Amino acid sequence: MQELSKLAVLGAGHVGPVIARLAVKAGHPVAIATSGDPEDIALITELVIPGAQPRWAADAVADADIVVLAIPLHRFGDVDPALLGGKLVVDAMNYWPASDGVLGAFEDGGSSEIVARRLAGSAVVKALNHIGYHELEDRARPAGAPDRRAAGVAADDPAAVAAIAGLVDRIGYDPVRLPSLRAGRVLQPGGPVFGAVLTRPEFERAAREDARTLT
Amino acid sequence: MTYTFGLDTFGDRNGDADGKPLSHAQTIRNVVQEGVFAEQAGVDFFGIGEHHTEYFPMPAGDMVLAAIAASTERIRLGSAVTVLSSDDPVRVFQRYSTLNAISGGRAEVILGRGSSIESFPLFGYDLADYEELFDEKATLFAELLKGGPVTWEGKTRAALLNQDVVPHTESGPFPAWIGVGGNPQSVIRAARLGFSLALAIIGGPPARFAVYSQLFQQALRKFGRPPLPVLVHSPGHVAATDEQAKAEFWPRWRDIIALIAPERGFAIPTEESFDREIGPHGALYVGSPETVAQKIATNLRALGATRFDLKYGMPGLTHEQLMTCIELYGRHVIPRVRALCRFLSNQAFVDTET
Repeated sequence: MQELSKLAVLGAGHVGPVIARLAVKAGHPVAIATSGDPEDIALITELVIPGAQPRWAADAVADADIVVLAIPLHRFGDVDPALLGGKLVVDAMNYWPASDGVLGAFEDGGSSEIVARRLAGSAVVKALNHIGYHELEDRARPAGAPDRRAAGVAADDPAAVAAIAGLVDRIGYDPVRLPSLRAGRVLQPGGPVFGAVLTRPEFERAAREDARTLT
Repeated sequence: MTYTFGLDTFGDRNGDADGKPLSHAQTIRNVVQEGVFAEQAGVDFFGIGEHHTEYFPMPAGDMVLAAIAASTERIRLGSAVTVLSSDDPVRVFQRYSTLNAISGGRAEVILGRGSSIESFPLFGYDLADYEELFDEKATLFAELLKGGPVTWEGKTRAALLNQDVVPHTESGPFPAWIGVGGNPQSVIRAARLGFSLALAIIGGPPARFAVYSQLFQQALRKFGRPPLPVLVHSPGHVAATDEQAKAEFWPRWRDIIALIAPERGFAIPTEESFDREIGPHGALYVGSPETVAQKIATNLRALGATRFDLKYGMPGLTHEQLMTCIELYGRHVIPRVRALCRFLSNQAFVDTET
C-alpha cells in the first residue's frame, strides 16, 4: 500500500489539533508545531492528538509533503515564506474581523489570495477553514455514508486541488473542488457555506447562488 | 464526591408576556430577584457574565452581585465570565475582594473571554492582542490572589513594585477559574497558573471535552500542583415538561443565534439542529427536571467535573419563566442529580467489587 503524505500542522490552538487528529485517524504521519518549543505541547500532543509528533516548526515542515496553516491570521506575518518554499500548503486560516479584529493587509479581497501572494514559492490551497473546529470532527463520516457532508477545496493549481481533495475525502468529507483561490472566497466568513455543515448538493447550490450574486 | 450546582446569567433582557422587551433597568432589578431566589431554591452558586450589548445589558455584574450578597447568606457569587483581557486585573481583584468582604467570603471569579468581544473596541483594545493581554493579565491576577505585596512588570499595564493591593481577603484567596472553550493551550495555562478549569460547552457532544479535563489534571501534576476542580458551564432551560421547555426556549435561542451568527460564524440553527443539541449527545440542557438532571449527571461523570453551572435565560424569556426555571432547577434538578451521582458511584463500586 502506498504511504500517505506526511503532514505538518502549524498551530496547536482550537483548529490545529482537530485537523491533526483527523489526519492521524486517516493514516497520515502527522507532526504538530507551534512557534515555540515542542516540549511545551508534548502533553497536549500525547493526550489530545495521540499518534502525532510534537516538533520544531522548521523540522516538521522540512519533512512534510503537506503543511497545514492553523494559526491565527494575525500571526501569519511571523511565518517565514522561505520555510514553506516548494510545499503544498493548506490555508485553514480565516480573516474574520468581527471575531479577531481588523487586519489592514487583509481588508481587500480573499484572504487566501493574499496568503498565496506572500507564499509565492508554495502551492496554496484554501480548505478546512469553513467548518467550525467543534464540528469538524463530529461531522466527519466515511465515504458513502448517507449523512456525509461536503468541504470546499480551492486553489489555482489543479494538481494541488486534487491532492488536498484526497486528504479531505480521507478525513471524512466529500470534497467540492473550486477552480481558483478567487472562487474559494465562497468559503470565507460571510460567504454562503462558512459555519454551515452542508451536504454536497446543498453546498453546490449555495456556492452557485452566491456566484450569481457576485457577477 | 461533593457536587455543587450553579446558575449563570448574562443579564438576558427580559420580555413581557406579549414578547415586548422590558427595559435594561427592569431586567437588572429582575436579576437581583433571581439571584436571591436562587439561594431560597437551594442553588449553590450564582454567576453573572460580562456583556455589553443591547440584549445582554450586563457590563457591571459585580454591582448586581453585591446587591444579591446583601439579601443572601449562603449562596456563592461570582462572575461567569469576567473579560479579563479588556479589564485591569488590579481593578478586577479589588471589585471581587470587595464582594468577598460584603458577602462574608462568598466571592468567586471566572476569567476568560466568554463569547464576548464587544468590550475590546469599547475600551480601546485590539482583538488581535487577545492572547498577550489575557496571558499577562491572568499571570498578574494569580499573583494578586495570593495576597501580600505584588511586584510585576509587563506590556499591558503599569508595573507594580512591592505594591499592597486592598482590600485584603480575610481567609486567603477566593476561588478563581479560567473559562476555556476548546483550546488545549488555554487548559495548560490554567494549570500552569493554578486556576481551576471552567469548560464552556455550548455546542456539540459534551463528551469530547473529557480529554481537556484529563489534560488539566495531568498538567497540574506536571507543574507540581495539587488536583483542582473542573466545572461545566452550558446553556439550558427547565420547565414542567420537555415540550413546554422547548416551546419557551427554542424561538428565543433561534432569534439570538441568528442575530449573532454573522459575527461568530455560527450556522443559523434549524429545529433539527436544535433537537440534536437538546438530545442526549448535545450541549443544551432544555427539558423537564428529569431530562435535565439525567443529562447533567451523565456529563459530570463523563467529564470528571464536580460542578455544573446552568446558563439560564435567553433574551425575550419572561422573568416569570426564569423564576420557574430557577425553582425547578433548585428544588428538583439538583437533588435528583445528587441522587443519580450517588447511585452511579455505588454502581461503579459494585462493578469493581465483582
